[in-house]
This record gives sequence, structure tokens and C-alpha cells, in this order.
Amino acid sequence: MLKKKDLLGLYDTSAEEIDEILREAEGMRKFLDGKNKKSDLLSGKSLITLFYENSTRTRTSFELAGKYLGASEVNISSSASSVQKGETLIDTGETLDSLKTDFIVIRHPMAGAPKLLAGRVKASVLNGGDGMNEHPTQALLDMLALKRKFKKIEGLKIAILGDIKHSRVAKSNLFGLTKLGAQVYMYAPATLLPKEIEKLGAKVCKSREEAIEGADGVMGLRIQLERQNGGLFPSLSEYSKYYGVNDELLKYAKKDAIVLHPGPVNRGVELSPSVIDGEKSVILEQVTCGLAVRMALLKLLAEYREAEL
Amino acid sequence: MKLLIKNGALVLNDGVKKLDILLQDGKIAKIAEHITADCETVDASGLHVFPGLIDMHVHLREPGFEGKEDIESGSRASVAGGFTQVCCMPNTNPVCDNAVVVSYIKNRQKEVNLCKINPIGAITRGQEGKAMADIGKMKSAGAVALSDDGKSVMDSNVMRLAMEYADGFGLKCLCHCEDENLVDGGVVNEGYNSTLTGLKGSLRAAEDIMIARDIALAESLNIPVHICHVSTYSGLEIIRSAKARGVKVTAESCPHYFVLTDDIITSYDTFTKVNPPVREERDRRAVIEAFRDGTLDCIVTDHAPHSLKDKQVEYNLAAFGMSGIETSFALSYTYLVKTGALTLCELARKMSGNPAEILGLEGGEIAVGKAADLTVADLGAKYVIDSKNFLSKGKNTPFNGYEVYGRIKYTVVDGEIKYKN
Repeated sequence: MLKKKDLLGLYDTSAEEIDEILREAEGMRKFLDGKNKKSDLLSGKSLITLFYENSTRTRTSFELAGKYLGASEVNISSSASSVQKGETLIDTGETLDSLKTDFIVIRHPMAGAPKLLAGRVKASVLNGGDGMNEHPTQALLDMLALKRKFKKIEGLKIAILGDIKHSRVAKSNLFGLTKLGAQVYMYAPATLLPKEIEKLGAKVCKSREEAIEGADGVMGLRIQLERQNGGLFPSLSEYSKYYGVNDELLKYAKKDAIVLHPGPVNRGVELSPSVIDGEKSVILEQVTCGLAVRMALLKLLAEYREAEL
Repeated sequence: MKLLIKNGALVLNDGVKKLDILLQDGKIAKIAEHITADCETVDASGLHVFPGLIDMHVHLREPGFEGKEDIESGSRASVAGGFTQVCCMPNTNPVCDNAVVVSYIKNRQKEVNLCKINPIGAITRGQEGKAMADIGKMKSAGAVALSDDGKSVMDSNVMRLAMEYADGFGLKCLCHCEDENLVDGGVVNEGYNSTLTGLKGSLRAAEDIMIARDIALAESLNIPVHICHVSTYSGLEIIRSAKARGVKVTAESCPHYFVLTDDIITSYDTFTKVNPPVREERDRRAVIEAFRDGTLDCIVTDHAPHSLKDKQVEYNLAAFGMSGIETSFALSYTYLVKTGALTLCELARKMSGNPAEILGLEGGEIAVGKAADLTVADLGAKYVIDSKNFLSKGKNTPFNGYEVYGRIKYTVVDGEIKYKN
């Protein structure tokens, strides 16, 4: 059983806990291949998605995960600007708690916001992405996709390329993958690499080839187009030329390597269209894995709530 | 009006001596063994008597932000912290960029009548970094220095002209050093812990570049300049080398920079958010060394009280600053004197003599004829910091639970006991 009220990040989630989530998620992934996707595991429970940033896949995935398990759901969308102008996060959280909410999924543009919320509510808080901090369910789904392909995470070499500095996906993957014994190689322009990421366990490479050489998994990260205006790199075409992944570069990876991307993809920027649509790509399988991981987490957190709260 | 303090250990410029001290008509009248006088007498046996502490960098929030602090609560907190004089920064509402606001603060000080309050005027109108504020008029109304604290005057030519003009009135610029383009929204030190937490970092260079610029102006113009709340080892090196070649630069730092490192931000506790940010162990050690070797002249608090609503929000949204005036003496004594970095006499210089000298204030030392401003402390008293006991409205301290030595027993201003514990 998962022994925590909230899932805020993989930095403070143990290898055993991650293993357990992935085991449960594998079961859910099989369940999703069945004809009947309806369960009553969360019947009588409520889930609220509280999103202060735009999201299509994470939000839809959490919504469907709840629905397939029989939970009641409400979605709250709030713009990033309302973070500063509207009700405080603590007041919002206490209101949701008074509505007897069991689960709150929060996405927020600022690091630490889910932790702030979790400390103030009885509901279980699931981090759907907080600023440049973590996006644990995305990393868990990436790990599920890898595990389904390679049976285990230990010993794998994973290359992560792109905007690592602003990527909560890269950080959660780094924490999770290294805890389970994988090696994480990173490559990015220096302007998109955070300080001292090596101390968190990453191997920072000097070239794309070095990062991808012998990799089992190659992960591209979305370039936020506004980064170009921020002067972090000169142009998208230059970015794609020196930092993008194409078929030529993929030849450095292992034969049975898979290509991952958290989506949505900028076609022809971080990954070439032929890589996105190629046989190594598991980008669509990742989406299904995301659903399975979120269903698994809701089930495990519900069991903890039943037993402990 | 007399006050006799007997049997205390006086912290003098040249050593600590057990002597009696008689205060009369706001001045130190006599220092000797066994003084007798028919007046109110304090028995300071076992206690140390310091020249009245001076904090040349505080925020009292009035006018405009009385929910955070006002001149009365800030004064109560100041004397409780052992301070007989404070200098308040101009980022009020309205900004203290004119003689009217300076006079208002001086008048409020007279009404409250606890510690002495010396207003610092803004360098530029509205602290906008563009046009010079009414520097001469503020000086006439009682401003003791100029600062756009909270930010740098980004335009170097505006800064140059303000320094030259202010020097004509004998006013120094106290420089908050940060290149705001380089800060770029950073809220913590840029390094391992900013990467770990995902909180946006700010490079040491953002501070160092402005320290270097303001020193370059001081050197080129041959005008003194004072650098506020230095937090980086590299910035201290710039100041050290400038001092070595005779540039007229003085500098200050705060207890949070010599006690804390940015490991504290991993809690996301917004009470750890301060500007410039708390940095790394290397910087913390450098601040202590710089106090030891004289690169840093003054201990200040940058007392920045905030209401809880300014802090009980996301880290990015929380206000910068720590409520520091009631913990400064004990932290400084515990972390600088008890560790052997400074002697008691040096501590008194950093917390009283040097600020007085830099800003031309009265007080600053225990000597006959000087202002009767004294701070009496029990250095053996150990206690645990608890913001519930603060008299400041700002309870925003990262030091709750810290065990410290040095309890303020009496704060004496112009010969009158303004605080007694």
C-alpha cells in the first residue's frame, strides 16, 4: 500500500513506492485493453481537477481515470493570471475541502503550490505539474511505457533532450528513473540546462550523439515557443538543427530503443516528423499509460485514505 | 534627569571594563569606578553595557503599509531588540522621496518617543530610477542618507548624477545591488537548490555586477558609497579589493546571510524568501570572514515585516523579507562572537560605532559627552527564538526554534529607559 496522503513529486517518493505504483498501473493498463472499462472502485468518491494552466492531455487523462473508476468529478479552470488576482490558493483549497472532496488534482504555474495546498486540505493532492518543479504522473507514465517494453527500468539508459531547465517532466523523470536504477543522460543548449543538475544524478552530455549512444529510451521535450522570444536560443530552425532528434541521430540508439515525448509535440522542432511517426515512437502508447498510471494512483491513494484517515 | 548604571561590563572601544556610568541630560556625564548619585539606578551586575545599537537598514512601513508595521510597533520592536536608533528605508506609500514624508516620519518618531528614527530618502522620485528626488529638501527635513532600496538605480548615468548631487549635501547613497534584467524574476539563489525545488534562481552575478558598478562610480567620482546587504562571496571580494586600493566604500550584511544557507528554501517556507536571496555555505562563510577582516562594516537587519497574508501564498507570490530587528543582536552575538569571529568590541563597532560614523549620527560609542544611548544585555542568557513574542507586527522569521544567547535587558535612549526586560 502507498503510505502517503498526497503525490507531490517523485523526489520524495521511494523506489518501493514507485515500484508499487507501476505494478498497479500495469494491471490498469491491461484493464484498459478490455471491452468494459468501467469499475466501481472509486464509487462514492469525488475528484476535482484544479488547473491554473492550460492542459489537454493531463486533465483529460485524470478526468477519464476518475470516471472509469466510478468517481464523481468536477473541473475547475482558472487562468494563470487569477493566481495573483483571485482567491488565495489556501482559501480555494479549504473551500474544496468543505465540499468533501477526496482528491484534488492541481496544475499550477508556480513550484511548490501543490505542497502548499496539501498542507491545508484533508483531500489527497495529486500534482499535475507545478512550475519548473515536478510532474510526477508524467514521469510515472514514461516509466510504465519503458517497463512494458523492457520489463524493468534498472540498467536502462535514457536520453533526455530539450528544454530541461523549464521542464518539470525532465526533473520527475530524473528522480524516478535514477531511483529505479536507470541512467539518465541529458543534452540541451546551456541556456536550457539548470545549474548543478548533475548533482541530482544526471549525466550532462557534450553532444546529441553522446546522449543517444546506446540509449534504450530517447525522450524529446517540448520547446515552449515563447522561450525563443526570451532569448534562450536564436531561432527554431537553429534549435532544430543543433538540438533536434532525427532519424540519423536515432541510429546511435539501441536497435530496440523507444522514442518518448510528453506532448504536445512541435513537429520538426524537437523531433522530426519521421521520428514522431516512426516505428520507435511510443508517443501514443504513453497517453494510454498515463491513463493507467492515474487510475492506479487514485486506487492506491483511496486505499490509504480508507485505512488511515 | 539622571540615570546611574552600576557594576556593568562596559564595552568600550579599547576593551571591556567593569565601570559605573552616569547619564545626565541626555549625555554620558561620567564613567568611573564606584559612582554614587541620588537618582534612578540600574544594577547591571553580570550584564554587559554596549553603546546603543544602531540599525541603519530597516523598513518601518509607515506611511502606507501599516498592516505590516507602523512607526509605533516598529519602534517597540526596535527597542526590544536593543536598538536605540534605526534608519528607515523609503519604500513606503507614498514613497519617502520628498521633505513632507521625511518630516512626517520625524514627527511620528517624536510622538512615539522610543528609539531615534532617521529617515532615508529615495534617490529617485517614486524610486523609479529616472529623475532625482528632492535631495536637498529631504536633507533639510532630516534625511540621513539616500537609497532606492528594493532595487538598483538601473540607469548608470542617473546614478552617477544622483551621487554627485547628493554628495554636495553630504548625503551618501546606500545601494541595493541587483541588475534587474539578470534577476529576471528569480526568487532564490540560482544553484543546486533552485534546480531541486524548481524555484527560479537569481545568479550571484546579478548582485555582483551592481556592486562593481557602484564601486566604479565611487572610484571614478571619488565619492563615498555604501553597499547594502551583501550576500555573495564574490561581491565581498569586489568590495575587499576596492577598499584595499582606497576607494571610499563601506558595506553591510545581515544575520540571515551569516547564519543561513539556501538549504532552507527546500521547505518552500515563504519566511525564507528574502532579497537578495540567502545563498550557499561558501557565501555564508565569506560573510563571516568579511566581518572579521573589516570588509563588512555594519550588521544591519533589513527588518522587513510582513503580514501573514503577504506570506501565506505560493513562494513566487510571497513578499520578500524577514522580520529581523528582535533577533539581530542575539544572532550576531551567538554566530559571530561566541564562535570567535569577532570580539565584543568589534561587535559593538559593527552594530553601533560604524553605522554612526558612516551616516554621521550621534552615539556609537561609550564616552563622556556622547549621547546617552546604551544597550544592556545578559550575554549568558540562553533562549529559543519564538516569533509569538515579537513586538513587531511582522512574525515572518525563519529563525523560530533557534537557540541563541544574549538577552536585551535595558535599552536606554537619551538617558531614559525605553525598554526593560
